[in-house]
Amino acid sequence: MPDHHHDHDHSELSETQLRVRALETVLTEKGYVDPAALDLLIETYEKKVGPRNGARVVAKAWADPSYRARLIKDATAAIAELGYAGRQGEHIVALENTPKLHNMVVCTLCSCYPWPVLGLPPVWYKSAPYRSRAVSDPRGVLADFGVTLPQDTDIRVWDSTAEIRYLVIPMRPPGAEGWSEDKLAELVTRDSMIGTGLPKQPKDLT
Amino acid sequence: MNGAQDMGGVHGFGPVEPEPNEPVFHDEWERRAFALTLAMGMPGGWNIDMSRFARENRDPAEYLSMSYYQIWFAALETMLKERDLVSDDEIVVGHSLHPPVPGKRVLSPADVLKVLHRGGPTERDTNTTPAFKPSDKVRAKNINPLTHTRLPRYVRGHVGTVERVIGCHVFPDSNATGAGEDPQWLYTVRFSGRELWGPDGDTTTYVSVDAWEPYLEPA
Repeated sequence: MPDHHHDHDHSELSETQLRVRALETVLTEKGYVDPAALDLLIETYEKKVGPRNGARVVAKAWADPSYRARLIKDATAAIAELGYAGRQGEHIVALENTPKLHNMVVCTLCSCYPWPVLGLPPVWYKSAPYRSRAVSDPRGVLADFGVTLPQDTDIRVWDSTAEIRYLVIPMRPPGAEGWSEDKLAELVTRDSMIGTGLPKQPKDLT
Repeated sequence: MNGAQDMGGVHGFGPVEPEPNEPVFHDEWERRAFALTLAMGMPGGWNIDMSRFARENRDPAEYLSMSYYQIWFAALETMLKERDLVSDDEIVVGHSLHPPVPGKRVLSPADVLKVLHRGGPTERDTNTTPAFKPSDKVRAKNINPLTHTRLPRYVRGHVGTVERVIGCHVFPDSNATGAGEDPQWLYTVRFSGRELWGPDGDTTTYVSVDAWEPYLEPA
């Protein structure tokens, strides 16, 4: 299964590893790639771009009603105000959760995900169990994440079939009145911005 | 194509198993395969729809047995070989054996952040008007192309409601084959769980896809 690749036997992993190394050498010798550019690509998505970006967006939307309005009207532009833009986030739409509506994002056909605000997707997001069931049994998928929503809350699943990328704006938990945006951002989890989780509660922060 | 990538509604894959404190990459080769794929987009000259087709265009059993970055890497090899940028004998020995294709642009370290920041917007100007408007009822057509499409099987033949006219965007079905961008109006179309899954559907769930106009007909 795609999400169990780390269970593959050692020789198979080694074969893949050798083949990737071989191709990199060939492409470098031919002058098609600059290894320093590869290192920078890896460093960018491993160390710099990740869900803390999205958490800043959500925290600002919680704290600043005018920013929230701009985010709902044109998320790409509002997110660019914070410096986040580009690849796999060229056209972003923000989805507001309410007591009556919970949003959840999937890409049943591949792995579309809003990179500039969430980074690269986790393995489960790209896996067959999530991609198959998110659209047919979203409450069951939420249960896999330990999330139970009231029966009278509608669930809206967004299948990212085009180049529009979706960012869920979870509901602000109570008990965080007067908090700074930085402190609020600590409540915002990656999964709460995909719609498979809820934000932390203020009491969860130590 | 009706391949293994089109997973919506398939049964039997088991529960979703999130990995606590998951790293961005699980092995060094994943880092390199990821970066090679991104960096080769420039000299390779392919577009994102061609990449997606190269990933999904394989035996379903093979697709399901490969990890995510194994699929990326296999697609990269396919696209490089299709364009004669590398050959099998070179991959086997791990060295260049033939002269490079001349005149290829290479991603330089100085350009990485600029290129990522620019991305690849897919909205295009048009002088056409959209055929549908919000709250129109539309049926997803029953199409089954052998080539790349972004209309998942689980919505085909079903009736939904146009929720939003997104804009005019590059049409993947055309772009993936090299036939050009052929921009088309794109819509968010919402379906009820009952419409998609019948009595097995949950009455409190709704699913939307983003669908280009050629995928839709009035209902």
